[in-house]
Amino acid sequence: MPPVLSISGLSKTYQGGFQALTDVDLEIEKGEIFALLGPNGAGKTTLISIVCGIVTATAGKVTVDGHDIQRDYRVARSKIGLVPQELTTDAFETVWDTVSFSRGLFGKAPDPAHIEATLKSLSLWDKRKEKIMNLSGGMKRRVLIAKALSHEPEILFLDEPSAGVDVDLRRDMWAQVRALRESGVTIILTTHYIEEAEEMADRIGVISQGKLVLAEQKETLMQRLGGKELTLQLQDPLSEIPAELGEWNLTLGDDGYALIYTFDANEERTGIPSLLRRISDLGIGFKDLNTRQRSLEEIFVSLVRNGA
Amino acid sequence: MSGQSQVPAFNAWGVWAIYRFEMARALRTLWQSVATPVITTVLYFVVFGAAIGGRMGEVDSVSYGAFIVPGLIMMTLFMQSIFNASFGIYFPKFTGTIYELLSAPVSYLEILLAYVGAAATKSIVLGLIILVTASFFVPLQILHPVWMVAFLVLTAVTFSLFGFIIGIWAESFEHLQFIPMLIITPLTFLGGAFYSIDMLPPFWRTVTLFNPVVYLISGFRWSFFETSDVGIMASLIATLGFFFACLAVVWWMFKTGYKLKS
Repeated sequence: MPPVLSISGLSKTYQGGFQALTDVDLEIEKGEIFALLGPNGAGKTTLISIVCGIVTATAGKVTVDGHDIQRDYRVARSKIGLVPQELTTDAFETVWDTVSFSRGLFGKAPDPAHIEATLKSLSLWDKRKEKIMNLSGGMKRRVLIAKALSHEPEILFLDEPSAGVDVDLRRDMWAQVRALRESGVTIILTTHYIEEAEEMADRIGVISQGKLVLAEQKETLMQRLGGKELTLQLQDPLSEIPAELGEWNLTLGDDGYALIYTFDANEERTGIPSLLRRISDLGIGFKDLNTRQRSLEEIFVSLVRNGA
Repeated sequence: MSGQSQVPAFNAWGVWAIYRFEMARALRTLWQSVATPVITTVLYFVVFGAAIGGRMGEVDSVSYGAFIVPGLIMMTLFMQSIFNASFGIYFPKFTGTIYELLSAPVSYLEILLAYVGAAATKSIVLGLIILVTASFFVPLQILHPVWMVAFLVLTAVTFSLFGFIIGIWAESFEHLQFIPMLIITPLTFLGGAFYSIDMLPPFWRTVTLFNPVVYLISGFRWSFFETSDVGIMASLIATLGFFFACLAVVWWMFKTGYKLKS
């Protein structure tokens, strides 16, 4: 199946000379949830803005379901819904009017039943006659999602959807996103919350300083870069790692009471038996040991650090 | 879902959505939108029509009170068209909701049609309200109603285009006020809204002919009383010239994404 979003050689240099994106290639499959991670200023919003038509690319090509975003912008844009990062809403309009406006703007005939279903799914039905200025920040975020869904898009961009959102709304949004994916909508989200990506995404992309460092299936990424950690809780603290243990590249933690060894669980030889033997030979006693998988957050931090 | 067949060549729903949104804003502020220009016009009639006009006699065989009506309507038309169109496009830029407009499948022509159409509609309605209001104060005749409507519509559309340009150019609310207050208002007052330029000394009459507003007011006044400072064709050409000049600037702004896209 051809990708629903195809980005090739995408670059953006702003007027002041700041290079926000450098030669980005990315393909998104239909129906997947793709999380784009990156620190502030990495180029996430610029990437989304170019695809949606808000920012003009300096170079490169973007197609949405096979339609070029410049030459065939009408079809391309009609397939996209965008929830921006900032709470940019009208103030004096009612919830119903602003969501209906968005549907019309995207070229769709009025469909009160669809607007009603959208508002109900976002727990906005009771607020439909409220002016937006009277809503809380969380409710405004829901309104932005309702506006983006009003024209039944095939691709939904969520730019930092959890920014400033309470736990309840975040859970609601995750449920809504999963339901949308079930209905065939492709979801592309940017987030600072690693747990959000870990919880929701099928695939993860990491962007740093305008370059796409990687884009991989979440499980593959965790397996490939995750590694595991063996932690030995020592009986007596060490002030430094003995030279005899140098080949294992250990680190000390917990004020010298923990000896940490990072290893690749997929390797045939993990080095654990020999490490334990050497520790025993050196007379270093330990009272407990455990292993754990590296989290996505640790992977992300190391990728961004290495990519920077 | 097949998107191709669902996207028409002209996004009529999009145009209608923007147009309705803009008109709804005027209806929300109906009191300000209608009452303010009507009260201002009444005050002009009290000051110029009654207090001063009583001593003025006739101008070009038309009572002074009636003579100033076309100028007053034009003045409202200029200001309201500029205000409505500039505010209409500037406010989404100010609040950030412009993102939705830029990411929607609407062409620049459709955006222009909706914003300028709404602004022009509002100012035309106001112009007609002032015309009706004026008819309570002075006896009015419209000798060329078709020309009157043509000038009314053309001027409203042209100045709405001009307002749209100001709205895109503006970076603050002060900018929105800058051109209407510092350029349009003086040109209108010096453009024969309250007098015939024949009343000026020859030198100042010549200088005044460089004021484009003279041609707009003169043409509009001709449609009422068949008296004008300049020929009707000169008025029409001047109005059309300004219209096409505004179109050219808007086209350039859209083509380059000037202050809309980075």
